[in-house]
Amino acid sequence: MSLAILCGALAFAAGGSAAAEFRKGDLVVEHPWARASIVPGRPAVAYLTVRNTGDAPDRLVAVASPRAARAHLHETRHEGGVMRMVPVEALTVPAGGALALAPGGTHVMLMGLARPLAEGETVPLTLTFERAGEITVEVVVGKPGAMGAGERKGMGPMPHGH
Amino acid sequence: MRLSKPVLFVLGVVLSVAVAWALVALVRDMGAGPGGRPAVVTTGTAEIGGPFTLTDHTGKRVTDKDFHGRFALVFFGFTYCPDVCPTELQTIARALDLLGEDAAKVTPVFITVDPARDDPETMARYVRAFHPRMVGLTGSPEEIAAAAKAYKVYYRAGKPSAPGANDYLVDHTSFIYLMGPDGAFRALYRAGTGPEALAAGIRAQIGAE
Repeated sequence: MSLAILCGALAFAAGGSAAAEFRKGDLVVEHPWARASIVPGRPAVAYLTVRNTGDAPDRLVAVASPRAARAHLHETRHEGGVMRMVPVEALTVPAGGALALAPGGTHVMLMGLARPLAEGETVPLTLTFERAGEITVEVVVGKPGAMGAGERKGMGPMPHGH
Repeated sequence: MRLSKPVLFVLGVVLSVAVAWALVALVRDMGAGPGGRPAVVTTGTAEIGGPFTLTDHTGKRVTDKDFHGRFALVFFGFTYCPDVCPTELQTIARALDLLGEDAAKVTPVFITVDPARDDPETMARYVRAFHPRMVGLTGSPEEIAAAAKAYKVYYRAGKPSAPGANDYLVDHTSFIYLMGPDGAFRALYRAGTGPEALAAGIRAQIGAE
């Protein structure tokens, strides 16, 4: 019994923010994370994964944060070598599937920050889904060049299984 | 255990198909076939690069010659860009880490395509978040345009969200350029190349010096 608890504790510690899951209805938002935003007045970016455990697709239609005057979904598009960031109105979370916001793809842009996002802090982010409604998650702020959740002071990059 | 002839035959076919599949994939990844896109593109001619005069993040005026004597990894971006630019600058920083002692032979350089917002102080804050030796370069719009032209960099500022807002984004090509100690172009790497491939490319160039 104590071995099981020890294993559980180790798994939790190894996973870092393994507990960073937020559920609402059929949706599970996993590991919301952001990059520290370095320069005052610049926007910040947040990433996360949404898993849909239900039978019907849902759509992420709005994002908001008390730290940002404006928040919007954006997508980085790489067309013939040119990088463009375009606003997107909604993102589908397929039934039985997942929506991943990650570097180089779709992301949350947080603009009009009163103060930069600092490494190590957590920031509230409210996601609005067409079916599931609103869910507020805690976004963990990592290093300016972080490539995934869990990259912050004192922690190296999380091992990648793929 | 002896395998019967039909089983051997089937195994032979499976093995041949597997080998053929691997060869096709390998050739495709080398860019030899349609749809193949190599991570590294090298050109035989020194069309990329050239003279520039810019202002570094300490406010000092520098030219391209100030970077001769070492390799340089050059990336054009802007500090208002929170997705692609930090990723590529982190790739550069991490590639230098992977080079170990050879990292001292390479200068990481970040040139802004948004000189209106990216002044030297802003560039200083930005580059030190990625690497202690990263140099940030800015200048007048004309000076930046000249540097971008030399590197065949396309960039275009978009519209702000509202009149008077200062939140426009800049579309831009996003290659990492490896320049030699003689200032000549050596190789370019697409965004998304990743630190390991970038370090391997640099190592090969250093080794060939």
